[in-house]
Amino acid sequence: MIINSRFFNRSELIGFVALALLLFVILPLSLDIFRLNLVAKYLTYAFVGIGLVLCWGYGGILSLGQGVFFGLGGYCMAMYLKLEASSVENTKIQSTPGIPDFMDWNQLTQLPFFWKPFHSFPITLIAIMLVPGIFAFIIGAAMFKRRVGGVYFAIITQAIAAIMTILIVGQQGYTGGINGITDLRTLHGWDIRTDHAKFILYFIEVVLLFACIIAAQFIRLTKLGRILVAMREQEDRVRFSGYSVANFKIFAFCAAAIFAAIGGAMFTLEVGFMSPSFVGIVPSIEMVIYTAVGGRMSIFGAVWGSLLVNFAKTSLSESFPQLWLFGLGALFIAVVLAFPNGLSGIWQDYVQPHIDRLLASRKSKPGNGFPVADGAPAE
Amino acid sequence: MFGDYSLSDLGAIFAMQGFAGLILFSVYVLMALGLAIIFGQMGVINMAHGEFMILGAYVTWMTSSAFQQYLPALFPGYFFVAMSLAFVASGALGMLVEWALIRHLYKRPLDTLLATWGLSLILQQAYRSVFGAREVGVELPEWMMGSWQATDAIQIPINGMFVMGLTVLITIVVAYVLFWSRWGRQVRAVVQNRVMAGAVGINTEKVDRYTFGLGCGIAGIAGSAFTMIGSTGPTAGQLYIVDTFLVVVFGGAASLVGTIASAFTISQAQSTMEFFLSGSMAKVLTLLAIVAILMMRPQGLFALKVRK
Repeated sequence: MIINSRFFNRSELIGFVALALLLFVILPLSLDIFRLNLVAKYLTYAFVGIGLVLCWGYGGILSLGQGVFFGLGGYCMAMYLKLEASSVENTKIQSTPGIPDFMDWNQLTQLPFFWKPFHSFPITLIAIMLVPGIFAFIIGAAMFKRRVGGVYFAIITQAIAAIMTILIVGQQGYTGGINGITDLRTLHGWDIRTDHAKFILYFIEVVLLFACIIAAQFIRLTKLGRILVAMREQEDRVRFSGYSVANFKIFAFCAAAIFAAIGGAMFTLEVGFMSPSFVGIVPSIEMVIYTAVGGRMSIFGAVWGSLLVNFAKTSLSESFPQLWLFGLGALFIAVVLAFPNGLSGIWQDYVQPHIDRLLASRKSKPGNGFPVADGAPAE
Repeated sequence: MFGDYSLSDLGAIFAMQGFAGLILFSVYVLMALGLAIIFGQMGVINMAHGEFMILGAYVTWMTSSAFQQYLPALFPGYFFVAMSLAFVASGALGMLVEWALIRHLYKRPLDTLLATWGLSLILQQAYRSVFGAREVGVELPEWMMGSWQATDAIQIPINGMFVMGLTVLITIVVAYVLFWSRWGRQVRAVVQNRVMAGAVGINTEKVDRYTFGLGCGIAGIAGSAFTMIGSTGPTAGQLYIVDTFLVVVFGGAASLVGTIASAFTISQAQSTMEFFLSGSMAKVLTLLAIVAILMMRPQGLFALKVRK
């Protein structure tokens, strides 16, 4: 076993292997397809979480609008799937065949221009990354160039999430309204509703997730990641050293948006629909809490956080629907007051030292843990 | 969009929509005042502010039911009792929350945001468990019903006028308390320089607690006023919280004048557009305009010039 490779240090490598074992081997072997599909759904939030670790944990930019990018990615995918599902043969009974059913119900007689590119699968794949990326760039450029940050950025991104939901719900004919885009069937001719397809989709998603983890780890380890941390701690010093703070922030924000969008697109495929209830203020802030529970400084923590919080959500709201909101609220408060570095912080402080001591008794030099800052890196 | 209306019709529409906007303005101002104190003066992001407002609304509803049941003779005046109770209830809860939660987080504004969001979820679920998920409406006393016929085409509801009068009164009281009273001076001193204020003998912890309590208490009064014009449900507060934050930020966080001016602009823009466009598009356009303006002028309309 390679110890202290440059890309992952030892404890990160253990984390990586453990996560890979869990997601590639243990869960697919032990869960039935329904539960596996649920796990796949939880993991789509892990994409958002990884983005938030980069932009919030490392860059110090708290975005409360990640649901917007999640939704944009999801809607791009859903538009492609919907167009494929509403071919002329499938929609014969409509007054205008060949357009999605909700457009027909809303008296639209032709496809709106922004739906047309989504007939093509390659363009859809590009759009899933490009549309949220460009949108994040516009928001980021407008805000960071004017040195809007911290609390104000959080509130404005939250407002953008609100605008997006109201817009999607209001423009029923173009977006499917409150119900979202439903009744999706095939992806490039491949039926996504069968159990077999769900199984394959799960593996596609896990591979993508690991690609994102590696990409995020790469960003974190390069000079770029160090500048992000430096910016979070002492923004002015970084600026005085000649770096363009705004550009680095824009980069982190765009990267987070693209990760979220990939998650959103996978969500559409796994769940089979997309609706504004995954775009607005409430889901956006819940995505932040998944990251906070896992540990805002830890990429693996974000994945664990998404899995565990969602698992708790499903099992609690199945059996005690009333308790779930109390639990979630308490989780918000506890994660802020008691353990600001989340589960990875607890692991770091309480479990890691024991492991290190065990290993140190055999080897003389213990490996260093994650570069988690002490105390509370809140701002 | 104006083509179908005659000139006098348009005048009446603008007057009536303007007045509808004024009622929205009153609610915004009452909510934003409390938030401006908490956010502008203390730098705490209170995402549970809407839930403090709803607490005031529920207190008002309970008081009105109690008066109907036990003191029907005094029912016309119940509102004043309810308002005071709402202020006390929300203010007391606010002080409790400050003691238990907020005071640990003064140096971490983004974390107050997450923690108070958690608090808002807990409060919402508590309201749902106690009062039920259905919205409740308050029965208005006789003298608040009906409307005042200004001209043939213009009708102005009396409860709206009452809410507006109340808003003006509370704004004046808050301004007086903050800018002229001894306690207000202490609040501003603590905000400007906490260490120095402590050194000259101000009990900063106590000032913080009462400031937060005052902000939440005003939210309770806002909730009381809110029952006059709409029904109350467990999640009604969440609908207003983002709007209110935008009002405060747009106005310039630390400025009371700015808060009032921005509440006026936003509510008027929204309700005038609502008549001509659909409600959702009016809201989208208003919010978009605010976000665009904030991108160009991040410090808000009325910014205090301070050295950081």
